[in-house]
Formats: sequence, C-alpha cells, structure tokens
Amino acid sequence: MGNTSAHGENYLNHEKGLWSWLTTVDHKRIGLMYMITVMTFFFIGGIMALLLRLELFAPNTVQGVGQVLKNGDIYNQVLTYHGAIMVFMVIVPGIPAILGNFFLPIHLGAKDVAFPKINLLSWYCFMAGAALAIATFFTHKIDTGWTFYTPYSIRTGTATVLMVLGAFIMGMSSVLTGLNFIVTVHKLRAPGMTMHRMPLFVWALYSTAILQMLATPVLAITLLLLAAEKIFGVGIFDPALGGDPVLFQHFFWFYSHPAVYIMILPAMGIVSELISTFSRKVIFGYTAIAYSSLGIAAVSFFVWGHHMFVSGQSATAGIIFSFITMLVGVPTAIKMFNWVATLYKGSISFESPMLYALGFLFLFAIGGVTGIMLAVLPIDVHFHDTYFVVAHFHYVMVGGTLMALMGGFYYWFPKMFGKMFNESLARLSFVFIFIGFNVTFFPQFVLGAMGMPRRYFDYIPAYENLNKISTVGSWLILTGFLIGLYTIVQGIRKGEKAPMNPWGAKTLEWQTSSPPPHFNFDVEPVVTAGPYEYR
Amino acid sequence: MMWFNLAKAQSFMPTEGTEIAKQVDNLYGFLLITSFIACLLVIGGMIYFAYKYKRKSANDKTAYISHSTALEFLWSFIPLVIFLGVFAWGWYIYHGMRTMPKDALEINVLGKQWAWEIEYKNGFKAVNEVVVPINTDVKLLLTSQDVIHSFFVPSFRIKQDAVPGRYTALWFKATKLGEFHIFCAEYCGTSHSGMIGKLRVVTQDEFNKYLEEGQEEGQLPLAKRGEKLFALKACASCHSVDNPAVKVGPSLFQVFGHEVVLEDGSKVAADENYIRESILQPNAKIVKGFPHGVMPTFQGQINENELNALVEYVKSLSGK
Ligand code: HEM
Ligand SMILES: [Cu+2]
Repeated sequence: MGNTSAHGENYLNHEKGLWSWLTTVDHKRIGLMYMITVMTFFFIGGIMALLLRLELFAPNTVQGVGQVLKNGDIYNQVLTYHGAIMVFMVIVPGIPAILGNFFLPIHLGAKDVAFPKINLLSWYCFMAGAALAIATFFTHKIDTGWTFYTPYSIRTGTATVLMVLGAFIMGMSSVLTGLNFIVTVHKLRAPGMTMHRMPLFVWALYSTAILQMLATPVLAITLLLLAAEKIFGVGIFDPALGGDPVLFQHFFWFYSHPAVYIMILPAMGIVSELISTFSRKVIFGYTAIAYSSLGIAAVSFFVWGHHMFVSGQSATAGIIFSFITMLVGVPTAIKMFNWVATLYKGSISFESPMLYALGFLFLFAIGGVTGIMLAVLPIDVHFHDTYFVVAHFHYVMVGGTLMALMGGFYYWFPKMFGKMFNESLARLSFVFIFIGFNVTFFPQFVLGAMGMPRRYFDYIPAYENLNKISTVGSWLILTGFLIGLYTIVQGIRKGEKAPMNPWGAKTLEWQTSSPPPHFNFDVEPVVTAGPYEYR
Repeated sequence: MMWFNLAKAQSFMPTEGTEIAKQVDNLYGFLLITSFIACLLVIGGMIYFAYKYKRKSANDKTAYISHSTALEFLWSFIPLVIFLGVFAWGWYIYHGMRTMPKDALEINVLGKQWAWEIEYKNGFKAVNEVVVPINTDVKLLLTSQDVIHSFFVPSFRIKQDAVPGRYTALWFKATKLGEFHIFCAEYCGTSHSGMIGKLRVVTQDEFNKYLEEGQEEGQLPLAKRGEKLFALKACASCHSVDNPAVKVGPSLFQVFGHEVVLEDGSKVAADENYIRESILQPNAKIVKGFPHGVMPTFQGQINENELNALVEYVKSLSGK
C-alpha cells in the first residue's frame, strides 16, 4: 500500500458538492460536519466568555471599564448562553461526535457505524436543537444560567421553554450517537478485534455511550416537566403551586452529573492514545484504564447530590453523597498514575499532540485534587457557588476535555485531511493557550477561597486585582486560539502531503491511507495483537 | 506542623470569625498540602520522565512494561485511604455545622429579590444587616419570598440556601467583633451580585441597645417610618431617592406634585393616589421608557399604616 489508495480515491473526493455532504452517510464526513459546526459554536461561546471577562475587569464603580455589558440583565444573559453553548453544543458532543464518529469505526476495522442513516439524523437533530436554542437569543434572551434552576426559571419572563426544547432535541442527538456506538462496538469489530484489543479511545467512547443512553433521557424528562410547569402550571417545581423547587435540582443533577463524565471520559480515551504513541510504549495498565472507565460511568449515577450540599437536602443525604463521591476519585486517580507510568522508560517526543496530552495531565491533576476538596462536606459549604467552583470546572472541562480534543485533533489531522500542519505554529498556539489558561483560571481558586460568589456581575473592591489578572489571561487564550485557527486553515490549504503513519502509531487507522478511502480500508484488516504493541 | 501553618497562611481564606471556620481551615490546610504533594508526584513525575526519557534517536527501543499488580494495588489503595480519611474528618466538622444548638438566639431571615429582610423575635425588622452578640449561639431561620437565594458569610464559612416554600436553618457562634460580608450565593436574577448585606458582631450590651432602639421605631415621625420601610422593602434597590438618576425603576426624587409621562404618552399628576396605586398595582400605569411587569406588587404585604408612611416619605422627597 502506498500513501494513497489504489485509485487515488478518498472519502473527501469520493463525491463532490455541498449536497453530497448534507446527504452523506459516511461517518467520516459526518464527523467533519460536526467539527465545523462545533467549532462555530465554540467561537460564539468564546466571544461571550471574553465579554464576561471584560465586564469583570473592574468593579462597576469604575467608569468605562467594568461596564461593558451595561447592566446585570445583559451579563446574566451572556453568561447563560456562554454556559449553555459551551456545555450542550461544544463539550458534550465535542469528542464523541467529531473524533468518535470519525475514528471509532476505523479503530474497529469497520466500514462505517452500525446505523449510518441514524448517524446523519443525529447531526440534523443536533443542528435543529442548536438552532432553536440560539434562536431564543434573538427573541427573548434567557437568563437562567445553564442549570435552569426553579423557581427562577419559571418566574423569569423569558424564553425558557424554547431553550429547553432546544436542549431536549440536542439530547436526542446524543442518545442516537450513543446507541450507534454501542451497537457498532458489539457488532462491527473486524476479525481478531476482541474487546481487549480495542484501543482505549474506543473503550472510553463505549463507556460514554452507555452514559449517554441512560442519563440523557432523564434530562429530557426533566426539561419536559419544566416546560409543562411553565406553560400549564402543573405545580411540580413551583412552591407557589405546592411544588418542590429542590426536586428540580435532584432531577437536573441526576443527568448532569453523569454528563460531566460524558464530557471527560472521551478525553481520557484520547490521552491514552497520545501518551502511548508519543512515548512509543505499550500503555501501562490497559485493563485498569479500560475498566475504570466503566466503573466511573457506573458510580457517576450515584453522586449527584454533591451539587446540593447546601440546598436544604438532609445532612444524612449529604454524608452519603460525599462518601460515594470519594469512591469516584479512585478510578480517576488510577488513570492519572497509569499515564505517568506509561512515560517511564519510553521514547518521548514532543510534537504538539503530545504537548496537549501533557498539558491535560497537568491541568487535570489540578482539576482533580480540587474536585476532591469540593467533595468534602464542610469545605464545599464554603466553596459552593463561588469562583472556586468556576475555576474547578474550567480546569476539568477546558483544561481536561478541550485540551484532549485539541490534542486529538492535531494527532489525527494528517489522517483526516491527508495534510500536515505547521508544527512550530501549533506549538506556539499551545504555549499561549496553556499559559493563558492558568493565568485566567488559577486566580479564581483564590477568589473563591476569599468568598467571591459565582454568577456575579459586579464585586467588592477586595476582589479587583485577581479579576484583572484573570481577564488579561483570557486575552492570552484568545491569542492562542487565533494562532491555532490559522495553523489549521493553513494546514488544510497548503500543508504538505501526509504519510500514512506520521507518528509511528500502532492502531488501525494508521494502516490505511491518509485520508482514508470511502470505506476506510481497501482490504478488510485482520487483527492479531493489541493496539499498543511497541516491542 | 510548620508546613501546615504555612499552608493555612497561604490558603487565602477570609478572617476566621467562628470556631467552625478554624476547623474548616485546618481541614483545608491539610487538603492543600496533600493536594500539593499529589500534584508534585503526578506533574513532577511527568516532567521528570519527559526530560529523562526524551526521544534520542528515531528508532529508540522502549521497555515493554504492561502492568504491575503490586504497584497498581498500592496506588489505588493509598488514595482510597486518604479520601476516606478526609471524608471522615469532613463528616465530623459537618456534623457540628448541622447540629443546631438548643437555646440559640433565633433570628428569621427572608431572602427576596434583591435583599435580605431580617426579623427579630421582638418584631424589630432590619434589612441587609444582621446584628448579633458575640460568643452566643445564633440560629438563623431562612426562607425566601420568591426564588432560591443562598445566605453566605465567607468569614464564618457558612452557607445555606433560602428556599421558597420551606424553612432551612443554619447556626454560628461569632468569636470576633466587627463587620462581615453577607453574600447571596445562589443565582437569583438581575441584581444577584448586589444582594450584599453585612453581619455585625457586637457585645451583648450593644446588642440589647440595638434591639431596644429598633423597637422604639413605632414612635418615629411618619416620613421617617416610611424611609425605614422603603429600605426594608428593598424599594431602594430599584428607585433612587436623592438624585434623578434612573436605576431599574424611575427615580422618585422630586416626583411628587409633578406630572409624569406614561407609556402611552398621556400625563398624570403624581399625587397621593398615584403613589398608592403604583405601590399596590405597579403595572396599572407604567412610566414611559420602563418595561412592564418588573416591579412586584405589594398588595397584601403592607398595611394601610405602612402605606401612609411610604406615601409621606415619597412626598418628603419633594420637600412638601
Ligand atoms: C476559554 C476561555 C473561557 C473563559 C475566559 C470563560 C469564562 C467564564 C466566565 C467569566 C464565566 C462566569 C462565571 C460566573 O460568573 O459564575 C464562565 C462560566 C461558565 N463557563 Fe466559561 N469560560 C471559558 C471557556 C469555557 C468552556 C470551553 C466551557 C466548556 C464547558 C465553559 C463552561 C462554562 C460554564 C458551564 C459556565 C457556567 C455558566 C453558568 O453559571 O450558568 N467555559 N466562564
Ligand atoms: Cu439572591
């Protein structure tokens, strides 16, 4: 086999025209369509983040700066869209829909996912839901925060129902993707591809898919109940009608806590691939990593109450939830140690994907230990709903998931587009993002410890300096992303031709041409060994 | 121990205003140190390996180490022990936080958009200011009139949601005199970040005097009583009274006795009845340039006497 498939044919030039893309059932093309849309949403959510940070540059007593968003209402709306877009349209779908769609079948040696048409349908669901959610911005902006807590969301006279419907439809897309992945893993593995020979990225996606299938319907029901409450006043959540406002939080977090793992498990999968490839070493503790994903997925259903330690739930409930939360910490810690151990006696190179993987380890370690702090009852009483939490979840979601997504993206870029990107530019972009990220979010741990509550449009002067530093950090991140965007566009347009296996990796996708042909492989692969056999 | 104190000093927590705060900070100090060590192991290990095993040539051989049961057991077991340890320690402190002392001084706190209304047993009400005696068990009984708020005193390390339709409670025993911030920590709309109060810890004598004076309020002149009510009902969070600047609602400075332009362009004289109507049915006549449905009605929440006082106060703002 050469660099290109026998006929120079690949999935990109297999068919031509916009219409062929919009009607494609090729998982690779669908992956790319997700990529373009998710990147667009990330851009919108990012602009909003910059606005929020700009507003927080100074307290509102300072003229000019510190009054970027005019008043609390506008800030709250921008905050809501930032949060909702980043969660529901970027981080939750991100890795599974883009990289998962593209690589899961190839990793298994399959021609496509199990249900190609459903796969396309899920992209349309995603787009429809996202369009609906974003449309509310032009009619009656919502200001509830992405958590839609009742009774505020019932009372506020804005477009909660439309937004919730949007999230509902996007949820369906998530369920469909999950379903597709589970069946694909069970039914379409190539000859010789046993479960224990699957790459860890596939294991991670598999665990995620289970979560998506089981947890998302709960969110769907919750959101429908909320809509019913708002339209018909059925009295489930509204205390004025005899409902229980805290019940909503139980429902909400019963989905959204597992959702946190929907966000992070795929990232862990990517990191496993990257660390192994760039140290040219078999992954340390393959089975431990694989099964701890499943373990995390299972336990994550029983910890939702740690978001509600001060909500008025009973002390006993608080204690139980705190205990179980500690148990989730263990498999996470195991994975961290496994990755570091994989580096031991490796042959480590520092191409940009690896930089992202190491960046992930760095940031996720901090996100992880602060997570343990938040799980400790009396500590959380002080930190709950302060900037400590804001810092913590940005470390986990941005430092963790986004870093892995970017690392994975650079890693697979040559395979996806058949081109190489400019390595120096990619590294430069990483350096800006990494430093900017820490400058932005580390001070927020301190702000939280000092007591600054989150979702604040304005603050007392004691918090000013740290907020200033944080805002400056957000400009560094912006610079990093702009360089990254340039690198990608430049790479796609003018990059050198990519070889079949530029990194010397062992998984199946590197044994087909770059970019892969329409049906992934010219000859069906037969698997004879595990995915990381560097001997 | 030196390490420990250093960690505590670097923890950036606000002043410790209660015994519980000290306990929380101890635990937090411990967590900071263990977390620091854990990060040192993981991040330090990563950096060390990355440096030591940097690729030297294009075809380096690597060791084939796929797992090590003993090692894997150890690094699952040790974190587990640490996690369970801090859990138990946390449980102990939390137990103290959540066990309400008997015979505590009880104070009712009502959260509303966007102020804290405080009511003492003798009927004295205050807004955005909780005054308590030092070294006394105080129990706050929280509830909310509209959406969920959260009563948060950083210096005391206490926080509890105020939920509409039910009571929640928290307790503390202040050990330091002085003023401490109260924040609302649960997002509650437009002025969430402006919902700031202060908690004043005073001596028992001062506290008694404070309550007494408060009770005498009934004898104040009408307009003065109106002024107190104006603050108490948080009218001030939306209306300015000492200059024509507009907040969420129109300014009330020198409105009385003048003409007001309404939404539909018509004009109406701001007399006693207009003021009264605006308090009881805020949406009946909307001043030009302001949105509908923002001001809540006070129908059923204030009595005629209080209405009189408020009207008198608004009048006084025009020097009439
Ligand atoms: C890249 C730079 C980013 C910056 C500078 C930034 C900044 C902010 C700021 C200032 C807030 C408001 C915090 C508060 O007042 O409580 C916020 C909230 C939030 N951010 Fe980000 N953010 C960034 C990226 C992201 C990403 C990638 C995600 C993806 C998951 C994300 C998820 C959230 C969420 C869920 C909230 C909470 C929204 C809410 O409270 O309703 N952010 N962010
Ligand atoms: Cu509030």
